[in-house]
Order: sequence, then C-alpha cells, then structure tokens
Amino acid sequence: MDAKKVNGSGNGSKGSSEWRVKVGLAEMLKGGVIMDVTNAEQAKIAEKAGACAVMALERVPSDIRKEGGVARMASIKVIREIMATVTIPVMAKVRIGHFVEAEVLQALEVDFIDESEVLTPADEENHIWKHDYRVPFVCGARNLGEALRRIAEGAAMIRTKGEAGSGNVVEAVRHMRTIVSQMKKLTTMRDDELMREAKELGAPLDLIRQVAKTGKLPVPNFSAGGIATPADAALVRKLGAEAVFVGSGIFKSSDPETRAKAVVKATTHFEDPKIVLEAHEELGEAMKGLDIRQMEEKDMLSTRGW
Amino acid sequence: MKIGILAVQGDFEAHAAMLERLGVETTEIRTPAQLDGCEGLILPGGESTTQLQFLQEEGLSEAIQKFAARGGAIFGTCAGAILLATEVQNPQQDSLKLVDMTVLRNGYGRQVASDVVRGHSNLKREPLEMVFIRGPIIQRTGPGVEVLAEFAGKPALVQCGQLLAATFHPELTDDTTVHEHFLQLAAPGSNQLLGSLKA
Repeated sequence: MDAKKVNGSGNGSKGSSEWRVKVGLAEMLKGGVIMDVTNAEQAKIAEKAGACAVMALERVPSDIRKEGGVARMASIKVIREIMATVTIPVMAKVRIGHFVEAEVLQALEVDFIDESEVLTPADEENHIWKHDYRVPFVCGARNLGEALRRIAEGAAMIRTKGEAGSGNVVEAVRHMRTIVSQMKKLTTMRDDELMREAKELGAPLDLIRQVAKTGKLPVPNFSAGGIATPADAALVRKLGAEAVFVGSGIFKSSDPETRAKAVVKATTHFEDPKIVLEAHEELGEAMKGLDIRQMEEKDMLSTRGW
Repeated sequence: MKIGILAVQGDFEAHAAMLERLGVETTEIRTPAQLDGCEGLILPGGESTTQLQFLQEEGLSEAIQKFAARGGAIFGTCAGAILLATEVQNPQQDSLKLVDMTVLRNGYGRQVASDVVRGHSNLKREPLEMVFIRGPIIQRTGPGVEVLAEFAGKPALVQCGQLLAATFHPELTDDTTVHEHFLQLAAPGSNQLLGSLKA
C-alpha cells in the first residue's frame, strides 16, 4: 500500500477520470435544491417536491443546536432506508477530519459525502484528504481561501457555510458575497500580485491563478446555511449560488410539502419575481429563526473548520 | 441558428459552453414561450424526476412535443435521454415519449459506478470518450431507432429522425463530435443528411 494513501483506495487526483466524474455529479445537481431529511418518509416528500438530491442525517441542524451533545455521522440504518426509498442521489455528512466515517459512507455507497461543520468536528487541525475517495465530497466555506483549501484537498463541490439551523440567511449571504467579491478581485490582478494574494488567502497558487483566469471556482459553488423561504433561495442564486441546500427550513416549517415545492420552484426561476411570488402565495409559517447577532461565538457552527 | 437548452435543473451551462465553442447561439429555456425561434433543443443531464416536475407543471411537455412534431431537433443527454424515451423503468416514470426505446434509470448503479470510458461510434474513426454519471441503460430500441454508439453491448447514443439521445455526457468532454452531429440535425433541410455521416 502506498504510504501516502492512508485513507482509502481511490485515485482522485486532478484531471483523472475519477476527478471528472466527481465534479461531473456536482454539475448535474446545478440549478436544484438539496434537502436535509431524517427518514425515508421525508426523503420521499423531498423527491416528490422536485429535490435534485437529499442529505440523510439523524437530526436537522436546528435540533442539533437545541439538543446539544456530540453530533456524528447518521445511523447506517436510516441512511440505508433513505437510499432504498429514493432514486435521486443521497448525500450524508461526516464530521470534519473523520476519515473513517468517510470510509464507512463510501463502503455504504452514498453518492456524495458532506464533510460538515454541522456535526461536531473530529479533528480541529486537519480536514479529510478527499482525493483518496471515489465518492465526491462537498465542503463548506466562508471565504475564497477556505474554498480553495478544500478544493486542493479534493472537494468536488463547495457550499457556503452560512449558519446552519438558524433559519437566518444573513451568514449565507455574507459568505457568498465574500467568495464572489474575492474572486472578482483576483480577475483584476496582475500575475505578480497573485502570489501575495495566495499568501493572504492561504490558498495554493495554482488554484488562485485558475480563479484569476476564469473568475469562477474550479468546482460548482452552491449555497447553504439558513435558507428558509423561496425568496431566500432566489436571493442566494442571484448572488452567485449555482444550487441551494435547504436544511431545517423545510421540515421545521408548518408546511413541508408545499414549502419544499415552493423552494424548488424559486431556485429554478430565481430571475423571475412573478414566479417567486407564486411560490410564496400558498405558504404557511416559516421556521422560527435566530438573530445571529444575539448568538455567542461558541454557538456558531460556521466557525468550525478553517 | 439558435439552440435552446432546457435550464430548469442540471448541467445546462456545460452544454452552453460546448455550443459557444462551436460558435452557435444558445438560449436558456424555462418557459414554453422561450422555445420560439429555436431550431434545436437540448435536454441536459441532471435529475430526471426534478426536470419532469417542471415539464409537467409548466406546460413545457406539450410545448416540447409540439416542437418535435414540427421537425425541431432535440438532443437529450443522460436525464434528457430518459425524458425522451417512450418507456422508463427502475422505477417506472412518465416521460415525453418521443423516441421508441426502453430506458433503465441508474442502470449501472450509484455514483461509485460512474466512470469515463471509450467506445466505438459511427460518428468518427477514433473511439469516442464517454462520461457516465449515474447513467441510464437503453434496454430496448424500437424499429426506427438507429444505434450510433455502444458501450458494453448496450446502445449509448441513438438517433430517431431529428432526435438524438445519449446515456453519457459529451458536454463534459473536450470532444465536440456529438454536438456537431446534433447541429447538423438541427440545421434547416437536415433530413437529407441523415445517415450520410456514417464512417
């Protein structure tokens, strides 16, 4: 066994077939909504409403927040049931740095792994070396440096962290605006300025140069964390998100089925306010949100990971 | 010539980038009215269940069927091929029923089975690169359906008149062969060209 490859058996290096099908699946999810579900019944509702994938987990982020304790990878039984129930891709979360949870989910053959700050980190220094896996990974990011570090480790998709389980879109907006404006800035820089920027952002120079050339991340860029209404979904799409993750927002609302459908509709038609209006017409009460400014640093999930 | 790309969900941007390379004007289709003035339509990869929801609720299904009936060229990749089929299995699901074939969804299994392979095609001498992502399998093709490429003994690229369906993703490669073939189908007066491209 190759001494460097301790985590798995894959060969996901850039440009390889494996890397291309990993980013390829992320491409297929564009324009869609990925919904958090905690059982097969919710997964079925999500699929019927038009979700392009589901995220299987034991508790939605707002419950994790409320109940406290250590949040880990979901029970295999629950993930299996969800995989057996829907035909759309099934994602599941692992703790930051917990590469054995990732090996387990790969053995289970989930379609995507989220190395997520929503769960309690298993390693406060290191993230998973994701190139070693055949299953693609998505990781959260608050800024461009963080996004590019995760991509360098092998993430095939980036999502803003937002503030999961808050029902408050403010952090998702902040993170998306930050990433987009940092990318824009790179495109205006001279070659000799890019090294300093790589140092400032703490990101690999080759990826910095790539973004400077294209103005885009080299992998799809989605939004997550606090999206609770169709208008929230359309807002992050307008700010540059290529697809949307909705966690607690659906199944913590008074009307999951209608809301799921409405968010899907607004995500696709984000450029047409009349259709976003239609999506809002039938809705009941959204989940109760949290004021981020009243929250203490230790309660913020988005500060987990680096 | 203008090609519409169904943009309700999926990798529509990858198709747009491919056509841009070929110097063709494209437009994103989210409502039936946007199809007006298009010579061809691409149904991209993505999730067929999600796409179908939009087609059925917003009158796009009928609009696309009418577009095909008046001779418009349509190219479906992966989920798009599923939408074009007359019969969908695993599980059974509704579709546009435009190409006489039976398609098995997720025919190769889950994402771990996704792969990049090479296979023979009628479109060029060299093997064609095929990117399969949770791809479907074409189980059966009807009489008027011509197989242009195969992988592992199953049709991977098929044509029926001006309709083209691929179970793989040519839009995720650097090879423009399949898209160029589609553009020939979409070009005015293309019916005479059919079959003339065989190697």
